Amino acid sequence: MMLGADIALTHLRGRLRQTTVSVLGVATGVGFFIAIAALMEGSQRDFVEKIIDATPHIVMKDEYRDPPRQPVERAYSGGAVDLRGVRPEEELRGLRAAKRILGELRARPGLFVAPILRGQVVMRHGGKDVAASLIGIEPEAERHVSTIEEDMRGGDFDLLRTTANGVILGSGLADRLGAAEGDTLSVSSSAGIAIRMKIVGVFHTGVVGIDQSEAMTLLKKAQVLLGRPNVINRIRMKLADIDVARAEAAAIEARYGYRTESWEEANESILEVLFIRNVIIYTVVGAILIVAAFGIFNIISTVTFEKSRDIAILKSLGFRAAEVRSIFVLEGLIVGLAGTVLGWAFGYGLSRVLGSIKFEVQSFTDMTRLPLYEWPGFYAIAAAFAIGSAVLAAWIPASRAARLNPVDIIRGAA
Amino acid sequence: MIETAAAKAPAIEAPAIEARGVGRTLPGPVPVTLVRDVDLTIATGSFCTIIGPSGSGKSSLLYLLGLLDRPTEGEILLDGTATGDLDEGDLARIRLTKLGFVFQFHFLLPEFTVLGNVMIPMRRLARIDEEARHARAAELLASLGLESEGAKRPDQLSGGQRQRVAVARALANDPAIVLADEPTGNLDTHNADIVFEIFAALAHEEGKTVVAVTHNAELAARADRRIEIVDGRITDSG
Repeated sequence: MMLGADIALTHLRGRLRQTTVSVLGVATGVGFFIAIAALMEGSQRDFVEKIIDATPHIVMKDEYRDPPRQPVERAYSGGAVDLRGVRPEEELRGLRAAKRILGELRARPGLFVAPILRGQVVMRHGGKDVAASLIGIEPEAERHVSTIEEDMRGGDFDLLRTTANGVILGSGLADRLGAAEGDTLSVSSSAGIAIRMKIVGVFHTGVVGIDQSEAMTLLKKAQVLLGRPNVINRIRMKLADIDVARAEAAAIEARYGYRTESWEEANESILEVLFIRNVIIYTVVGAILIVAAFGIFNIISTVTFEKSRDIAILKSLGFRAAEVRSIFVLEGLIVGLAGTVLGWAFGYGLSRVLGSIKFEVQSFTDMTRLPLYEWPGFYAIAAAFAIGSAVLAAWIPASRAARLNPVDIIRGAA
Repeated sequence: MIETAAAKAPAIEAPAIEARGVGRTLPGPVPVTLVRDVDLTIATGSFCTIIGPSGSGKSSLLYLLGLLDRPTEGEILLDGTATGDLDEGDLARIRLTKLGFVFQFHFLLPEFTVLGNVMIPMRRLARIDEEARHARAAELLASLGLESEGAKRPDQLSGGQRQRVAVARALANDPAIVLADEPTGNLDTHNADIVFEIFAALAHEEGKTVVAVTHNAELAARADRRIEIVDGRITDSG
């Protein structure tokens, strides 16, 4: 064995308890980093996946990002007199020239398009009134922009077309109503129209917000119920390439003027929460590794202090300062490496345990167990951070030790 | 005694160590002069002692001669080569190959065996393989009467034995010069005698240059040459 390594190992063995604590400190940091990173990334990916699958990638709405300029502003632009109390022009809700827009959008490559009319209704079943969002869809188009068919838990999506006044409900909404497939509901809108509808299916997307409040029926039926014949107020779009959603949405909005949101924009607040959550968690996990590094700093400082006589004699025997430093840096490296290997095993085990815990949580999406994203890169990052901080923690006292003047120590020992 | 290359070689008359106007002053608000105006020539194969009262600068001069410290004035020459311009790596190399140190405290590495301690300089130099290192270390220990102590730890030895192990370690790389700083300071008279006999043998039988600092006049008198130092200045160069 190399002499430096031999001396380093001898020092570490000589302080076995402290060495063990330091190794365990690094292992804890590495292990938690791996498990938490797998958990954070897993839950984020799970959420994004569910959002991407269950919701359109782009939605064009019958609204504008900035309020439209009123006629008086257009007529007297830059006027010196400020007119107050002007009655704003009432605009009929709904996408104008929808057929043309749909035609043009359908012509764009890699884009699937489905028109909808969305409105608020009250559903009554068994004396229970529940407010819901009723979405009028064209089943053929809808199946291309969402995974609604796959999400059906009961009934049949195709029954929407063949059943008079058929409706499908989100699973949470059905639960709230206490209704099931085959039941009949009374559905009334703000237009004062009420009809009885038959539940032909129940869907479950996994996105709590959708499952708890949305119901779907045929577009024509929704237009009648909401009192808005031939009107659509949203166009839902699915992309072949999810990564271009933001750019594509911006281009469509620029072309037609209507507010067009990509899935990222629609879920921006949630993604921001996830980002903040990640920052907090990684900071905590990073702190564990930093504390472990302090442990290494402590042990190397103690060893160099205790071994100052050895350092002096090694220098008198012809060791250069860099060689003395390398002995103590090697000690930090050994602690870092041992902690990393142990931490990998701990992290792997912890991930397995966390991933096997069964529970039911409903927040943004519902889960039955913690989603994990296992990526070898997490192991590499944890190792790089742990070994890097271990070496750095050892470097400082090691450099101090290397600078020791042997004469000072020999005089002090005499 | 071990037969070494140095022992076989004919005596070289050139000085092993030469100090020319050497001084050493510690910087600070009140500078402290440890050694001043030292002009000294130590012949190869001689056994010299440096003697003087406590705080006279004996050890400081030895550290300067052994390149463990650098003079603030003058120059040290080893085998006629000036050392003033050598960098830390060069000085370390010289200490490893040409110099052997024995201190008042043995400075053995407590976690290593006696054999392991003696092998450290050889492992650092890496000139010979592990088997040869082992054989040489065992041979050195045997020559110092420690043949059965190789597997022991330093804390299992007596003070005199530890100091002899330190001597064996100093000789491991067969240095031409052995420098000893109060090597008998912690030993009883019997063990002090043994150590000084070893030094005399190293000089007279193996041709090594031995310089030992002591405050014991009786021991100092056994050397070929006695150098006296008072207040950092040589008062009698023997």
